[in-house]
Amino acid sequence: MARIELVDVGHAYDGAANAGTETRWALRPMTMTWRDGGAYALLGPSGCGKTTLLNLISGLLTPTQGRILFDGKDITQLGPRERNIAQVFQFPVLYDTMTVFDNLAFPLRNRGWKEAAVRTRVGEVAELLDLTADLKRRARGLPPDAQQKISLGRGLVRTDVAAVLLDEPLTVIDPHLKWLLRRKLKQIHQQLKVSLIYVTHDQVEALTFAEEVVVMNHGEVLQVGTPQALYEAPEHTFVGHFIGSPGMNFLPCQLGRGEIHLGDVVLPMEAEWLARAAAAGTKHQLGFRPDAAEVLAAPVASAAGAAWQPARVLAFQPMGTHCLLQLAFGSGNVWVRAAAAFQPAGDHMWLRPLPAKLALFADQRLVPRVAGEWLGDTNPANTAAQAAPEAASGANP
Amino acid sequence: MSATPHPAALALKLEGMEKRVGAATHLYPLNLELVPGQLNVLLGATLAGKTSLLRLMAGLDAPTAGRIHEGVAGAWRDVTGLPVRERDLAMVYQQFINYPSLSVRENIASPLRLRGVPKGELQQRVATIAEQLRLTPFLDRRPAELSGGQQQRTALARALAKDAGLLLLDEPLVNLDYKLREELRAELLQLLRVRNTTVVYATTEPQEALQLGGNVVVMEAGRVVQSGPTLQVFSRPASLAAARAFSDPPLNVLPARFDGTRGIATLVSGAVSGTASGMASGMASGMEVALAPAAVAAVRAAAVNEFLLALRPHQLYSEPGSCRSLTLRGTVELAEISGSDTYLHVHTAGGDVVAQWRGIHPMALGSAAHLFLDPREFFAFTKDGTALFAPPTAKGDG
Repeated sequence: MARIELVDVGHAYDGAANAGTETRWALRPMTMTWRDGGAYALLGPSGCGKTTLLNLISGLLTPTQGRILFDGKDITQLGPRERNIAQVFQFPVLYDTMTVFDNLAFPLRNRGWKEAAVRTRVGEVAELLDLTADLKRRARGLPPDAQQKISLGRGLVRTDVAAVLLDEPLTVIDPHLKWLLRRKLKQIHQQLKVSLIYVTHDQVEALTFAEEVVVMNHGEVLQVGTPQALYEAPEHTFVGHFIGSPGMNFLPCQLGRGEIHLGDVVLPMEAEWLARAAAAGTKHQLGFRPDAAEVLAAPVASAAGAAWQPARVLAFQPMGTHCLLQLAFGSGNVWVRAAAAFQPAGDHMWLRPLPAKLALFADQRLVPRVAGEWLGDTNPANTAAQAAPEAASGANP
Repeated sequence: MSATPHPAALALKLEGMEKRVGAATHLYPLNLELVPGQLNVLLGATLAGKTSLLRLMAGLDAPTAGRIHEGVAGAWRDVTGLPVRERDLAMVYQQFINYPSLSVRENIASPLRLRGVPKGELQQRVATIAEQLRLTPFLDRRPAELSGGQQQRTALARALAKDAGLLLLDEPLVNLDYKLREELRAELLQLLRVRNTTVVYATTEPQEALQLGGNVVVMEAGRVVQSGPTLQVFSRPASLAAARAFSDPPLNVLPARFDGTRGIATLVSGAVSGTASGMASGMASGMEVALAPAAVAAVRAAAVNEFLLALRPHQLYSEPGSCRSLTLRGTVELAEISGSDTYLHVHTAGGDVVAQWRGIHPMALGSAAHLFLDPREFFAFTKDGTALFAPPTAKGDG
């Protein structure tokens, strides 16, 4: 396994990037370090550059600019084979006519492993993936999830790989089996401490799988952070929108001196925060998550009533375990999550965004609530320090 | 909401419909009736028979046995074996299927041309549908020049332009990006609400079924296990199979023994969540559960000694409460944070369970977890999976 460093790595499919001229970057130049044994996800919509980034790491592509280092060694010009990368794809890649055992043994035999060592290693990996009972069966007859486990096993069986890259590996798996495979993947990561890089457009998969998620859009890395940081403190409106279902609500707002104006709705806000927001950009938005607001079906006349704001019900969606409400609120429309038992009494209801959970954005970038506040985990040094205690506690039974 | 309703949303009646291919049975004999103008969701795992059923409904495949009837305003006709072009229906597939050599405009117009719609009306209808599906800027492009989302919008637009009495959608969003799916689903719902078309929408995802609402037909291994209003089937599953199909993350099932004299259930070893089959014995075993009186009555009436208790993952709570009188103890095998929720996979001596907690709860692997349960929230099933009892919901629906 290896630490992976990307130094000013950028890629353009239409050839060399000349400084100054307009380059159509598939991946904008970026610098990033992935620690040895980490579990990372590359998340973004189609065409965001995540697959380009994956192919640069595997060596299928050579970057237009920049350097890639594995454990400090420059491997930018090496092909996929010399990089010692294992890959698992969307669809199982197997030899159907071979047994499960022979499929798992293939990468080892290919590298001239002794048969006794092959047996031991295949046995270990099969045990890890609950494939022991199937070892003598042919791969062809097995269901898709078992076939994908074999693909995964082929990626994990070698002990010398720098990293295992997974490209949308759960696409063909049914929802109720995805849980099983995701759990398996996490357990394997815990036990083997392999570096895993997982590409997906599915935020739930990315967030539940990874220790850190790299969110991308239009060839640009917008934020690298823990699932918690991406959810609670998205640094860009795209991240707020993309993470969460429904995503974060954004309402255009006018800045006042100690309050913001969302059309008719006025919310108090710290003056110092507003001053920094004004300095940071011209177009301002208030953001809050669908679960960061309280709802009332009917107005209350108590003292607390002052904080409640009127909203018009556009849609009401019972979801079994909870319900979702789409509301016209202030300067736009928002989604709010409420308890399963909640039912609006008519077209109008009352809303109170939780003051502690409000976020301000200037020209799509987050304006931290506290000056100089640390946001996310974009600094690799900080990430490594954070991860250390976790790794230690994971090793202790 | 001023769209002109289609004059003839179709009713559909399947009688003893069955499909075998060689030795394999794709669909066991089933009866099903669709009310005109309603949204019906076919919910089931891959290979449950959803696509087979849709193809039979469309007349793309012939049933091995059984009849299919179509009803318009109370008048029925037998359409078994009728070729699809003689039926008043449109279908959208998982794969984005469009005419590659035609522009988006011509793709959308094709069913209308086929039907000889006058030119003025045709242009008007294409423009309206294109606007609704946000395709107006792309009308002169070919499908290959579009993104996946736009290609599927084109296929949907063509199906909607046809304004058929029956619209069959086979996992139409499954090949799209997650966020795009969310967006298009919301738009599609809006469009379908104002149309007087009978819709059948196949999906593997319980969350999508709930979002779509309407009626649901739950399928498993070639059989219809339950059908009815979506929320009602969710709250009152008739069988373990229906409850499982509607639970994501998976349902937690705990085998129990019933003491008829005391009216008390005791958990026995072998708790399974549906995600794991390996189990130990001991701890959970012996825990007594004072079920709701109605549940006790149901179990007593069924005269069973051994039965199954079940809870959905969100009913394994992170905090004690006045009604949560039971505590399940275990160790954390895995904590997955999705942002709005934390999924906790917990190993208890009785077996593995999954808890869904609101918010972010960082839990170290291997640490102790306490799960608080409300005994009145248990579902009860017989050992062969027939529902004995479903707890009343907060709103008392179903």
